[in-house]
Amino acid sequence: MAFQRDGDLNLEATELRLGPPGTTEEPEKQTHPTTTAKCNKRSLPDMNEESAGSRTNNSNVSNEKKHDRTSPPTKAQVVGWPPIRSYRKNCLQAKKMEAEAAGSGIYVKVSMDGAPYLRKIDLKVYKDYPELLKALEDMFKFKVGEYSEREGYNGSEFAPTYEDKDGDWMLVGDVPWDMFMNSCKRLRIMKGSEARGLSCAV
Amino acid sequence: MLRMASSFPEEVLEHVFSFIYDDKDRNAISMVCKSWYEIERWCRRRIFVGNCYAVSPPMVIRRFPEVRSVELKGKPHFADFNLVPEGWGGYVYPWIAAMATAYPWLEEIRLKRMVVTDEALELIAKSFKNFKVLVLSSCEGFSTDGLAAIAANCRNLKELDLRESEVDDLSGHWLSHFPDSYTSLVSLNISCLGSEVSFSALERLVGRCPNLRTLRLNRAVPLDRLANILCRAPQLVELGTGTYSAELQPDVFSSLAGAFSGCKELRSLSGFWDAVPGYLPAIYPICPSLTSLNLSYATIQSTDLTKLVSQCQSLQRLWVLDYIEDIGLEALAAFCKDLRELRVFPSEPFAQEPNVSLTEQGLVSVSEGCPKLHSVLYFCRQMTNDALATIARNRPNMTRFRLCIIEPRAPDYITLQPLDDGFGAIVEHCKDLQRLSMAGLLTDRVFEHIGNHAKKLEMLSVAFAGDSDLGLHHVLSGCENLRKLEIRDCPFGDKALLVNAAKLETMRSLWMSSCSVSFGACKLLGQKIPRLNVEVMDERGPPGSRPESCPVEKLYIYRTVAGPRFDMPGFVWTMDEDSALRLS
Repeated sequence: MAFQRDGDLNLEATELRLGPPGTTEEPEKQTHPTTTAKCNKRSLPDMNEESAGSRTNNSNVSNEKKHDRTSPPTKAQVVGWPPIRSYRKNCLQAKKMEAEAAGSGIYVKVSMDGAPYLRKIDLKVYKDYPELLKALEDMFKFKVGEYSEREGYNGSEFAPTYEDKDGDWMLVGDVPWDMFMNSCKRLRIMKGSEARGLSCAV
Repeated sequence: MLRMASSFPEEVLEHVFSFIYDDKDRNAISMVCKSWYEIERWCRRRIFVGNCYAVSPPMVIRRFPEVRSVELKGKPHFADFNLVPEGWGGYVYPWIAAMATAYPWLEEIRLKRMVVTDEALELIAKSFKNFKVLVLSSCEGFSTDGLAAIAANCRNLKELDLRESEVDDLSGHWLSHFPDSYTSLVSLNISCLGSEVSFSALERLVGRCPNLRTLRLNRAVPLDRLANILCRAPQLVELGTGTYSAELQPDVFSSLAGAFSGCKELRSLSGFWDAVPGYLPAIYPICPSLTSLNLSYATIQSTDLTKLVSQCQSLQRLWVLDYIEDIGLEALAAFCKDLRELRVFPSEPFAQEPNVSLTEQGLVSVSEGCPKLHSVLYFCRQMTNDALATIARNRPNMTRFRLCIIEPRAPDYITLQPLDDGFGAIVEHCKDLQRLSMAGLLTDRVFEHIGNHAKKLEMLSVAFAGDSDLGLHHVLSGCENLRKLEIRDCPFGDKALLVNAAKLETMRSLWMSSCSVSFGACKLLGQKIPRLNVEVMDERGPPGSRPESCPVEKLYIYRTVAGPRFDMPGFVWTMDEDSALRLS
């Protein structure tokens, strides 16, 4: 599962934090918080060397990114990119923070194959996948099994899935938590052969 | 010729010159002969200094003793995107101090990207008895205390415009410093301020200024106070709302709608922070006469946006978030046939995946449907050469074209080719193109196209593009009218710069950051071309402490008659004859 990886950028990607997806809060050597106009005192030797390097390297990277849609977003945020004025960025950020602080929850319907009625949960209540899955297990009285990226959920006849913004049915756990929260429209706990098919196809 | 020139008395010539406003024309007049130079300099009333370091205050004052209006620009454009470190410069105080004694009748000061302190504002407030216009665009360094001084002392103030400035917002109390006897306000823009001004003071101010045309409120003004303000100023031509969000209440809605209907002269709207769709219909009655609409803070979705723009048949300028989506832009193309300028900003600039359905198609639609469209700023996540070529063929009248693809070096997403040919088509078809900002995967070829075709181009912005010095060389040697060039993260080094060194004196400025220009080349340029300031910015420490071949972090080169400046912070070095010797 995405949250199980350590010591690499994916861990940050699954943390719940305020701010648009793809940003980091802490200033680091390579990344640059661009939300205020006054934070420019860092030297950028790494940036210089990377970007003055060969074009072909970087164009390959961007090509790869286009084709490999299941890979999580990379975190190296370039200074001053995209070229947007600080006050605009602050405005958008402020809006997001307000919305999140205001407690406007992300409510999604949850159905389970064979269950007589649907439930509704607020995704914001959970901070990561383990919490969500535990809550679903309690709510519908089932066990979800062991997740692995290669094989999906092993050891259970159930598979938690969700419908994303594009209308596609995805396996819960493949994408970083933030991305899941922003794209999940409804949840469905699949059972039996359908569930197995989805797991094996991964 | 001499006889003809001296056969007119000075007064007559001066009277004739008084009808000439344009700087270029005035400069041309001053070059005809010595006596015309003398007459012209005494009657020039307005000066524009595009780079405040290109000339010094004493030099300006010496040549033009009777100036009434001054416009100055400070930091390089890339300062907007945090590429210019704090403390770089652009201080206005020395100018104000010099003008306070030299131009007691100064009426107008317009500043862009400059550091303005409260001391400077206080000096303005007490030095110029007939002061009328203060425009601070993207400035910083002052607080609301400075504003209080202006409000309290400038009896004849007509315009106070703080657009997009960063103000140390201590309180909203400053607005109450306008005395009750003050009635000459024509334009007020406080949209960048955070704190709440006294609403009753605001309402009284608006009510007693009959010539008020422009009022841009800040976010802290709630929606339910807007109707009262509008009722006091039905003559308004330009309005920026405050927060455009409130619980839907019929009485609030109807007073708002009524107030808007009463503003028969209203042509421009902005603000709309946190806009809720329920209150949008309040402006429907005035939509057909709107010429300018700035919805770039309104997080409303495409359905509501589409409904709104479809009613704005007179629209000339639209600024909007990408929530408008391709479908909204199609409606824009269908209904807004008078559109001249379009800016589409990203709602989620840092998200990796698109959150809205806005693609190259939206821009293509607008380029097809709007024959007067000539100015574009478009943020998107994908583009093709075909789309760019179509836009170019549709709109040969394009003069300002700025495209930003969120992902640097993104290729044509269908063919996976660089976007060289697409931008090539733009410069080939749009012969009057003055400003261009490129995006996506670009090789040296695009610069060849630009050098060959973009003969009227004055400003070019380049990022993450090109393969070699040849790219830069094409631009510097081919673009005859180039004034401003700004480059970041491109593999351009010393050769093109040194070969085209003379070109740099014909331009206002060149910015290069995260490129491959060596310290040695910078020193050479500084030594060889006396009327250029070659400034190296490096936060790693003195460039002399590293090998000469080491690339500098940032480079800013500008022409000047004032010599090197002396207000630089510790991380900026000027390369000239003296300092080059000191550093090596």
